[in-house]
Amino acid sequence: MGVLTIDAAILEGIVAHARRDHPDEACGIVAGAEGSDVPSRLVPMENSARSMTFYHFDSMEHFRVWREMDDRDEEPVVIYHSHTATEAYPSRTDISLAQEPGAHYLLVSTADPEVTEVRSFRILDGVVTEEPVRVVNASEDAVQKYLFGQSPTTVDYECRAGN
Amino acid sequence: MAIDVRVPTILRSYTGGAKAVTGAGDTLADLLTDLDRQFPGFRERLITKEGALHRFVNVYVNDEDVRFLGALDAKLDDGDSVTILPAVAGGAFAFAAAAALSGR
Repeated sequence: MGVLTIDAAILEGIVAHARRDHPDEACGIVAGAEGSDVPSRLVPMENSARSMTFYHFDSMEHFRVWREMDDRDEEPVVIYHSHTATEAYPSRTDISLAQEPGAHYLLVSTADPEVTEVRSFRILDGVVTEEPVRVVNASEDAVQKYLFGQSPTTVDYECRAGN
Repeated sequence: MAIDVRVPTILRSYTGGAKAVTGAGDTLADLLTDLDRQFPGFRERLITKEGALHRFVNVYVNDEDVRFLGALDAKLDDGDSVTILPAVAGGAFAFAAAAALSGR
């Protein structure tokens, strides 16, 4: 079973983007070195649909960002978007339109103004598989604001040494 | 008449894993016909039953979206680079509408 390992600072950036664009859906990627499965470079994207219920990468920005990744030998390790009134679980739309088999699909729900729900999935040929989110370099405070949607036994928080 | 084609991950099952292939054609439609001859099934992933480019597939000639170049009628020249990127889209949108949009 897979796991998404993500740095707390990057997750903070994703959540900040989702909160900023609320009530519209926010979307973007986290690029990482090809084959590394390590998301290291956050790229918030424009939602060209500018909608509370739909997101669509702007076609020209999509092209530029993908070419840049190509030049840097990167790939989209994480593709994220927010749901602003519903849970952080892939909708049928998300499933039917998912076309990046190698990506972790990270969903963030901003439906609750206080607590952000964060969940990660693989979506392959219409099959959704949830995976644990492992946050590294997190302070205890930061982690407490998130609801990871997994049972406690499968959530793995890793805090800095000394925390 | 050689056109360099960048193949997205999801279509590499048709190209034996190749990220880049070479095709030929005076227009995007001709190129896709040629690619389908080389890689059977490839064209079907990009074109609807009605013969139009799928709404949730982006195709670029050099660095322009073909939707602004005549879509399947976009003219190609020797040495052009064609990039195919599946759209990244989704959201908490009603299923029936999404199914209609995606053509599935």
